[in-house]
Amino acid sequence: MSGVTRQGVQGVRPGREAVSGVQMGAKKRPERRAGRRDGEQPVVGEATFQSYYGKPIINKPVWESPDIPGYLFLGGTAGASSVVAALAQVTGRPSLGRAAKVTSTVTAALSGFALVHDLGRPGRFLNMLRAFKPTSPMSMGSWLLGAYAPLSAAASFSALTGRLPRVGSAATAGAAALGPGVATYTAALISNTAVPAWHEGYRYMPFVFAASACSSAAGMGLVAARPAETGPVRVLGIGAAALEGLLMRRMRRSMGVAGEAFQESHEAHRFEIGAAALSVAGIALAALGRRSRVASAAGGASMVAGSALERFAIFEAGMASAENPRYTVVPQRTRLEQR
Amino acid sequence: MASDLMPGLLESGDPARSSGYSGPPPRMGFFTDTSVCIGCKACEVACKEWNHVPEDGLNFTGMSYDNTGGLGADTWRHVAFIEQRVVPAGGSAARAGVRWLMSSDVCKHCTHAACLDVCPTGSLFRTEFGTVVVQEDICNGCGYCIPACPYGVIDQRKGDGRAWKCTLCYDRLSVGVEPACAKTCPTDSIQFGPLDELRERAQRRVTQLHEAGVTDARLYGEDPSDGVGGGGAFFLLLDEPEVYGLPPDPVVTTRDLPAMYRAVAAAAAALASAVALAFLGAGR
Ligand code: SF4
Repeated sequence: MSGVTRQGVQGVRPGREAVSGVQMGAKKRPERRAGRRDGEQPVVGEATFQSYYGKPIINKPVWESPDIPGYLFLGGTAGASSVVAALAQVTGRPSLGRAAKVTSTVTAALSGFALVHDLGRPGRFLNMLRAFKPTSPMSMGSWLLGAYAPLSAAASFSALTGRLPRVGSAATAGAAALGPGVATYTAALISNTAVPAWHEGYRYMPFVFAASACSSAAGMGLVAARPAETGPVRVLGIGAAALEGLLMRRMRRSMGVAGEAFQESHEAHRFEIGAAALSVAGIALAALGRRSRVASAAGGASMVAGSALERFAIFEAGMASAENPRYTVVPQRTRLEQR
Repeated sequence: MASDLMPGLLESGDPARSSGYSGPPPRMGFFTDTSVCIGCKACEVACKEWNHVPEDGLNFTGMSYDNTGGLGADTWRHVAFIEQRVVPAGGSAARAGVRWLMSSDVCKHCTHAACLDVCPTGSLFRTEFGTVVVQEDICNGCGYCIPACPYGVIDQRKGDGRAWKCTLCYDRLSVGVEPACAKTCPTDSIQFGPLDELRERAQRRVTQLHEAGVTDARLYGEDPSDGVGGGGAFFLLLDEPEVYGLPPDPVVTTRDLPAMYRAVAAAAAALASAVALAFLGAGR
């Protein structure tokens, strides 16, 4: 107890000046090991690290599947389809042009729906246009989609009804100008987070998305356009589907520890294997089935499905890397030790 | 590059000033000295009471005395409990004892706050005190801030849909009162004040502990040259940050955003060229 006596204040507690932990003296460094729960076995190349009861460091995204991976896929398909549509129009391929325009409008609408559906407060989706923030790819993307979707819709309207051809052409050109951005900005959107398997892939992610978008847009062209007009999308689809897998592997390898999340997550792993298989099937069918409408369409559909699964794989790998503190702690610790 | 593309991004110094306040009050923050924390959780309770933060389960976690688990939408102060087996210097294993670390975690109110950078609606904003606050009447629950925070602070409230986190008691600060957690902390483990002052005090405290032989004492988050430009809330820890569930070397994700946008532009150009090539190659 403290008290005031004739000799002054006695027995005052040290308060915030208290020196604690001295009695223990120099302590041995704690064992460097992971505080893993449920005896889970570490995956390849486990570096030892410490954690707080194995709890994740970052908070896992609240984004849900299929909304968000679906949105990544649909936006990509829309954007690349608009470029295909414009080139089909100028090279005199009306059936392909129509198919690509309608694809872009429908997928853009669905992607917008997925995005709004995933909001915690869907009724407030217009707040997205309350600010213009270059530091937020989601803000930039909202503006981009806001400009793009009406252009794509106008292009489709004109192509389907034959009305307002001048407006239709201008809209087609406008949508084609914005399309590549629509297809790739989502890579910056997910990379611009602390999620290791998304952030660490930021150099390759937009290229993976571009290839994946080309492959799904070309696939839709193969499914829906008159066979005589599908020459360009056949070439595009085969090339893009092949490149997509290669780029994906490159990205994973470039990510260091974070790349292991693609294997550690069973979902991501399964989606990736499915995507690879579908791409190979799509390439084979599109290349060999030149004469057969059915084979070409099946090849196109495989490309579309492969592209979609690729986005789901990336989504799930990110979720897995957010849930395990290893992906956050190990690279940061290594960085500190090298400093 | 970063600053001409995005004004305010990665500027150093006073965050209130670089957000456009002219003549703001001094930047306010927390210094949490974990060496005097007794794990009473008064801060957790005071925070809930003052801010009307809903109950989120009193769970048996099996993690020492921790029953809130970590920061989230409904836990704005979180007291971590770590039990370590330690052997005194020169002692045998038989004389091993337990060292009990306790630490009250909170939003860092980063100088370069990723949550604020990525918020598309402008719901998250920088106050005149240099703190980071969510305007709940604007938040549309897009969830972008949640994976952006390198510390796992902000989260979505279940059944509400919006993102919530520590406001550093903006309402109390506005009328010159210290935040509820600091007010209630019985040992002054949580200290509130102008950041400059806190940084000096923290430096003195580390020196004092080092002189007393507590060589483990270190500051975390006080350095303006770290990956988030220094926290408005920083800590004195007795072990590595990751032991407390804190990232050892956090970096604001938007530091790499200019490079990301460059990659996007290159990929967009590649996409357009690839489609054009396919049409050229296929001829008529
Ligand atoms: S700690 Fe997280 S929530 Fe707090 S200001 Fe920094 S980024 Fe935002």
